[in-house]
Amino acid sequence: MIKVEFLGPIARPSLEMEASTLVDVANRLKEDEELVSWLDKCAVALNDTMVNDLTTRLKDGDRVSILPPVCGG
Amino acid sequence: MELYDGPLAVKEIFGRWLDEEAESNYGAYIPFVGTIRAEDGIEALSFDIYEPVLQAWFDTWQKKAKALGAVVKMAHAKGDVPLHQSSYISAVFSPKRRVALELIDAFVEDFKANAPIWKYDVKNGERIYAEDRSTPMDGSGLLA
Repeated sequence: MIKVEFLGPIARPSLEMEASTLVDVANRLKEDEELVSWLDKCAVALNDTMVNDLTTRLKDGDRVSILPPVCGG
Repeated sequence: MELYDGPLAVKEIFGRWLDEEAESNYGAYIPFVGTIRAEDGIEALSFDIYEPVLQAWFDTWQKKAKALGAVVKMAHAKGDVPLHQSSYISAVFSPKRRVALELIDAFVEDFKANAPIWKYDVKNGERIYAEDRSTPMDGSGLLA
């Protein structure tokens, strides 16, 4: 089981799911119409490290963070 | 890296940074101070920060600065910051001006693009995500 958390303005409770790679996470999140509109503009962190590879392997207890567009300062 | 609830005490923070580097033999100091402007009827801006990824981002910049013989520092506000107060300060201390000028430019631009901080306009006491002024971080769209 892994945990997916939505940061900042997405304002959604975390989800727990079975997933072996980020492809599984993407497929699950795309089932939610409200989330689909966020996905093309969100970056992804795995256990607080930014990731760019969909084939990244996931293990039990991993935490995937969804980071929407930013504007600091 | 320093994070504060509410507006930044600019003079105290930058004064302390000057004291910290007073004997470091740097030849150039460049501060950048961001303040909240009155526009579009806002009462304040408000900020959410994801600290673990922000710290990792900042650590990478400290390494880049160190490789150039320089130091970067930053402070940012969390929560509401009223008009005309400061939400963000950064500074570069370097041996020579050219490194400092280039580094503050690159650092602040990458901060705007990749620091995990979310901005909201505060109007009538309500927080409204500043979506039109926000930038997708590097690597966005991975799950689309």
